[in-house]
Amino acid sequence: MPKDSGIGASNKRREDVRFLTGSGNYTDDINLAGQAYVHFLRSDVAHGTLTNVDTSAAASMPGVVRIFTATDFDGVGGIPCGWQVTSKDGNVMQEPVHPIMATGKVRHVGEMIAAVVAETAEQARDAAEAIVVDIDELPAMVDMKAALADGATKVHDDLTDNLCYDWGFVEENREAVDKAVSEAAHVTTLELVNNRLVANPMEPRVAVGDYARHSDESTLYTTSQNPHVIRLLMGAFVLGIPEHKLRVVAPDVGGGFGTKIFHYAEEAFCTFAAKACNRPVKWTSSRTEAFMSDAHGRDHVTKIELALDADNNFTALRCLTHANMGAYLSTFAPSIPTWLHGTLLAGNYKTPLIYTNVKAVFTNTVPVDAYRGAGRPEATFQLERVIDKAARELGVDPVDLRRQNFITEFPYATPVAVEYDTGDYHATMDKMLELADRDGFDARRKASEANGKLRGFGVNCFIEACGIAPSNLVGQLGARAGLYESATVRVNATGGLVVMTGSHSHGQGHETTFPQVVAEMIGIDADQIEIVHGDTARTPMGMGTYGSRSIAVGGSAMVRATEKIINKTKKIAAHLLEAAEADIELKDGAFSVAGTDKSVTWGEVTLAAYVPHNYPLEDIEPGLEETAFYDPANFTYPSGAYACEVEVDPDTGTVTIERFVSADDFGNVINPMIVEGQVHGGIAQGIGQALLENCAYDESGQLLSASYMDYTMPRADNLPRMEHYTVDHSCQTPCTHNPLGVKGCGEAGAIGSPPTVINAVIDALQSAGHKVDHIDMPATPDRVWAAMQ
Amino acid sequence: MAQVTMTVNGKAASGTVEGRTLLSGFLRDHLGLTGTHVGCDTSQCGACVVHVNGEAVKACTMLAAEADGAEVATIEGMANADGSLNVIQQAFQDHHGLQCGFCTPGMVMSAAALLKENPKPSEAEVRDYLEGNICRCTGYHNIVKAILAASGQDVPAMAAE
Repeated sequence: MPKDSGIGASNKRREDVRFLTGSGNYTDDINLAGQAYVHFLRSDVAHGTLTNVDTSAAASMPGVVRIFTATDFDGVGGIPCGWQVTSKDGNVMQEPVHPIMATGKVRHVGEMIAAVVAETAEQARDAAEAIVVDIDELPAMVDMKAALADGATKVHDDLTDNLCYDWGFVEENREAVDKAVSEAAHVTTLELVNNRLVANPMEPRVAVGDYARHSDESTLYTTSQNPHVIRLLMGAFVLGIPEHKLRVVAPDVGGGFGTKIFHYAEEAFCTFAAKACNRPVKWTSSRTEAFMSDAHGRDHVTKIELALDADNNFTALRCLTHANMGAYLSTFAPSIPTWLHGTLLAGNYKTPLIYTNVKAVFTNTVPVDAYRGAGRPEATFQLERVIDKAARELGVDPVDLRRQNFITEFPYATPVAVEYDTGDYHATMDKMLELADRDGFDARRKASEANGKLRGFGVNCFIEACGIAPSNLVGQLGARAGLYESATVRVNATGGLVVMTGSHSHGQGHETTFPQVVAEMIGIDADQIEIVHGDTARTPMGMGTYGSRSIAVGGSAMVRATEKIINKTKKIAAHLLEAAEADIELKDGAFSVAGTDKSVTWGEVTLAAYVPHNYPLEDIEPGLEETAFYDPANFTYPSGAYACEVEVDPDTGTVTIERFVSADDFGNVINPMIVEGQVHGGIAQGIGQALLENCAYDESGQLLSASYMDYTMPRADNLPRMEHYTVDHSCQTPCTHNPLGVKGCGEAGAIGSPPTVINAVIDALQSAGHKVDHIDMPATPDRVWAAMQ
Repeated sequence: MAQVTMTVNGKAASGTVEGRTLLSGFLRDHLGLTGTHVGCDTSQCGACVVHVNGEAVKACTMLAAEADGAEVATIEGMANADGSLNVIQQAFQDHHGLQCGFCTPGMVMSAAALLKENPKPSEAEVRDYLEGNICRCTGYHNIVKAILAASGQDVPAMAAE
């Protein structure tokens, strides 16, 4: 019987009412008195020397308040990078200065050259068109291998070359891996590209800077997944504003998917300009600006080799990857191809020896950073594609080859530094095969063939590592941040309470799920619980929402703070009931003395905390407010098994998704409806990567896909129909090291689905005798058709 | 600058706009009706869909001056008279047809237009109609279910076909 409240209940979302009635409060809905508008003049050249920026004509245009160029930011810090990776030779990565505005050179199309602040957005745009910019063009580095060639034009003149770092992991295993590969009974090799993507939250980025002269306080309203992180980075490293003089507010945020984690130059600009102009300054990104200024995702080129013994056991895996950093290092960019990719290469398998080498490369393209999954989709795609290819080469069932190599005992220490606490990979595989009706596939294939179509069945298994932690470990790995989360629980006198969380909801439904947890712990109605997030002035220092960390890390902090509240209320109840604290039980919002009929309600205890007339003042303080910071002991390790059936039109190369099944293990689930929604969204993005989406540059560094006319977003009719689409999370091996036993569900779909789709496409093509063992994503009709010729 | 007058959600509204002011900008910036969202600049995302004289229109494809004298309906006017969610809005909540909420106003307005012209659409017809509305969060699955449910059809039965 499904629960109707508390943990495990599919409660409808309370935030929906405001979103469905047009009452949301997104950053672009915020307009401040006296507000001016900024338009950024951006480079239309990928690489060149700025020889002249003449703003004189623009300055006299109607409505212009002030024009800013790079010289206005002398003495202002650059945009910082939050993760330092060390190369295998022991040197730290090359880290170029990342100025707010292009200084001396432009290094990618879209880089800011000048900013016009004007009375209206239209006046700002008009004036920007009157700025004269002269650029001596330089060769643009777009292809990573060309950028690493001897004599290649340098993206940053002050660096030795375009190599950011050359990372080996686990370096001590390299020779053993090389030996195992050279001695293997069979080696399957695959070269593949993980296509560059643009996150494309539907809400473009917006920043509104405000400055209060009377208090010398700056406020930034911004579309961020982590306002405290922005406050720290921008305040401490860019503008030199102490935290107590800087407030960052991220109100309703219209999707993030990673690209709203990072601190962007536009945020620093609006904060800086509000003070410089002594009036609020607002920037609203257009979609085209978003394409050329939001950090992109993925963009790996990889050679992967899987070694097997004569019995088809995996003996070693070797991965050589080039990872595109773009022109500058975005906030967490260096960590994505390394610690979020190399550590995932064991996947679900007991491969004893793994080595990965990652060369991170500067190019004249938009910076690349985390996008839904961040490193984990790249690792999963490589691993699951090479396993599928190996199965075909060896003539064994791809399911059987995976099962044979599954990790089955937990905890399991992988050879890539992480230790899985729980999982049951056979269980998710069994569930997936059952839901996918694999036994009926042959009949469906025949039916497709009778209609002149090819049909393929693809499977995929994956693990995730969510809730990146603990802080002392990530610090050793190069993180320049802690990765805890915080919560303050403030109980009001009349019994209602507010949870102020460092997590941030931009679609995930925290305002609904977080109260479900606290309501169950205390036994009060969820309607009595309010969630506050997204405002540094109202929440404790927290790290925000990304990496599927909110319930596993933020939820755990909330549980710890609530436990402190419960402990204190029990002391108060014991005093009121004249009983021993150890005998007090809290159930259904009432405290009782075990074995008696004496009780006192939650509301009576909370009132006593604030009206402490009959109160143990000698033992405890009045009031009822507790804060907890939770730093996890380990990552969490969700896992899953996915299946996809595609039809391929042999005449056009068009691929359609006919069936899709996901069987995920997220550990315990707080709100199944919301979890399923997260998986639907992730799978749509994964199918988008596999079949539709591609961020394309030409050889001169022009961004060819800078609008929805050129970048194919998944539409409703690209995705599987209801009757053949199942997302399941009934396999549950709870996390062993967090209080809720939860693992996180936000990225699974985007990690698990791309290889599933491509494996199915290859299966379809091979069924017709086409000797195709790989198609790079997106598997567009032209690529698929060409592969069949 | 031109004076424009229209009826928005049943109330008279007017303002002075530039010739280039889009209807989306007029609704948001002049009337403060910020439920109509702008998610792209090529009229593809559909976050700004409103009804003009009963027809679904992307408010970024139309000049405010072109709507002079028109009847305009936006997401702010969609709830029932008592303030409760209307049948489409309620179906979106019931079926978890929204996450971040940014595309949602356009989705609801498009759904309303679809159901007006096709009261019992098939799943394929719903998916086809949503060609002009992009959602990045939901994968559309629950949006499609919500629209079918709002049409009074038995969604679990349709999903099990």
